[in-house]
Amino acid sequence: MRKLYRFHGGIHPPSNKTQSTQTPIEQVPLPGKLIVPLQQHAGEIAKPVVQIGDRVLKGQLIGMPDGFVSSAVHAPTSGTIDAIDMQLIAHPSGLPNLCATLIPDGKDEWGVREPVDFRSHNPAELQHLLRMAGVVGLGGAVFPSDIKLRTGKQKITTLILNGAECEPYISCDDMLMRERAAQIIEGAEMLRFMLDANEVLIGVEDNKPQAIAALQHAISELGADDQEYNCHEVVAIPTIYPGGSAKQLIRVLTGLEVPSGKLPTDIGVQSFNVATAYTVYRALAHGEPVLSRIVTIAGNVRRPQNYEVLIGTPIDALLALSELLPDTDRYIMGGPMMGMPLPGVHVPAVKATNCVIAASPFLFPPAPPAMPCIRCTRCVEVCPVDLQPQDLFWFAQSREFGRAQLFNLFDCIECGACSYVCPSHIPLVQYYRFAKSEIRAREQDKNLADQARERHDYREYRVEREKREKAEKLAAREKAALAAKTGSQPPLTAGQKAEQAGIEASRAHILAVAQSEVGQPEAGQPEIGQTDAGVPK
Amino acid sequence: MLSALLVMAAIAVVLGAVLGFAAIKFHTEGNPLVDNIDAILPQTQCGQCSYPGCKPYATAIAAGEADINRCPPGGVEGIQKLADLLGVEFKPFGNDTAAPKPKSVAYIDESTCIGCTLCIQACPVDAIVGAAKQMHTIIAAECTGCELCVAPCPVDCISMPVIEEKISNWKWKYPVYDLNVTAATQTAKTGMPH
Repeated sequence: MRKLYRFHGGIHPPSNKTQSTQTPIEQVPLPGKLIVPLQQHAGEIAKPVVQIGDRVLKGQLIGMPDGFVSSAVHAPTSGTIDAIDMQLIAHPSGLPNLCATLIPDGKDEWGVREPVDFRSHNPAELQHLLRMAGVVGLGGAVFPSDIKLRTGKQKITTLILNGAECEPYISCDDMLMRERAAQIIEGAEMLRFMLDANEVLIGVEDNKPQAIAALQHAISELGADDQEYNCHEVVAIPTIYPGGSAKQLIRVLTGLEVPSGKLPTDIGVQSFNVATAYTVYRALAHGEPVLSRIVTIAGNVRRPQNYEVLIGTPIDALLALSELLPDTDRYIMGGPMMGMPLPGVHVPAVKATNCVIAASPFLFPPAPPAMPCIRCTRCVEVCPVDLQPQDLFWFAQSREFGRAQLFNLFDCIECGACSYVCPSHIPLVQYYRFAKSEIRAREQDKNLADQARERHDYREYRVEREKREKAEKLAAREKAALAAKTGSQPPLTAGQKAEQAGIEASRAHILAVAQSEVGQPEAGQPEIGQTDAGVPK
Repeated sequence: MLSALLVMAAIAVVLGAVLGFAAIKFHTEGNPLVDNIDAILPQTQCGQCSYPGCKPYATAIAAGEADINRCPPGGVEGIQKLADLLGVEFKPFGNDTAAPKPKSVAYIDESTCIGCTLCIQACPVDAIVGAAKQMHTIIAAECTGCELCVAPCPVDCISMPVIEEKISNWKWKYPVYDLNVTAATQTAKTGMPH
């Protein structure tokens, strides 16, 4: 039995997962229209590489990664590109972003698929394949996986597969682990190979016994044929929210704490979501880019259910399948703790869509009025990062961003445990998000100001230099003119005089020759003038 | 008596040498206060403060010749920072300074531009490219929104559209909620877990 560690705090919200795990994952029928956002990943938006009216095949690249932190976007099925324009997407701002609209032709015709044997490639080649396959973290942060696989000097000892799925209602990873355990484990082995890690720990919360059994079974089956799988181990971890947060899971499994401002790789650990491992397997072993994902539809629906959803499927199609109940008043993408409200039900499901919760006033009663902070420090007791949420709240509220940073605001994982327990019902996380984005905006402004200062200084220098050069040229010309006018020359020695005389003589000769030469073209000039006049102007 | 005098004189010489050395070793070029003030100013180089750029304004503030409330692009926050740095009272914008405006970026209507280069000469950060009788265009990423190019244009082809809110520059808003139940429902609608 592996020794497990604890992280500070945490809460036990009702899990509400069993409702959606009663039936297997269901395939969603092909919708009439797919809206594929070109930014489904953290980082730079992908550049569209198809035109309106193009026929595309399933898996064809439609968005090329653009920049270091970026990922590819593909056509989820075969069909015609109907539009490339700004469409409403699932984003907390409620602002539109560039999307490609695809009208499926119903044939679901695959483009070229090139499976690779990962052991015969080097990690850099595999990373590039994953980037071009649009593999991103499917736990919700959608960070491009190829970048997480670029290891520095630090040797990675442990690869952690995150199957904790700690947020209430969400069960997509649970169902994926139950039904496709072997493919997850094979994907994990590919990730282990790329990182050259010594062991693979798959952390699953102990409220998912079927998933744990399925993974263990898969490891023993695969391990029977291949020794490499012997370093894989499934670890049941206690169910505490937010045990599925990467840094908290690393703490529980290894006892190591990721220092503030550092990355897990700095302490020799890297972690990936189980669904990401599954897509890695599909990308390398089958040559299939990320075209679909498992989405939990839960909350105020008659049939809570997990679906395999093509990227770009409008969310209202999923809600209709689950039979939405009439008193639904809003929709949340993600879990109830960290999810975000959807600006509408027509927005497409994307790589980050792990769950859509239909909310009703009965399921999620309106929050009681927020009261002043009484500094009870219950938020401190539950904070999994050991922060002082009440102080951070105070600084964010009064816009003292410098002090908020001193109190390690950027270590906050926005898990919402503090807001959950706050007896004054203060929306604490909103304050932290506000403060974080203000600080980021200020840093950006500062960089732009520095750039402007540099450009302005250079321009001043250039203007000054041009002025000086002009003045110098003018002065030189004046001096020459003055010297020619006065003809005053310093007294010369006898030798110089003789030399001077020689120069004078030769100059006179050159002048005479030149004059006779100049005379000839002058005689020819009228002819040129005549021909010029003959040309119509 | 003599030895005491000698000792005192020796100490004076040694200390004098130390001071002299320190004066050379730790000599600072220019006034560091000017740089500290300049670091706070937004570097739009717009001249709305009536000085020909951010550095001259910073120099004037450091010399005590200018007020700290003359920089509209810096906004109220800029005044606050200057007040904190200089240890003076916060001072709201006066009536003679323009009101702070949302950030904008210059845009040249390229079909109207006659290629006179007047805006290129006016741009303090070289953010306009073009040549005589060639169409000009703005490098939007370098434009500080100072509006100095607008006035010299003889054909009025430069406008200053405000920078739109996009996903790439969107910021979380300050949480607003009233201390009553109806507004609390609104708060819940913004997606906060409870």
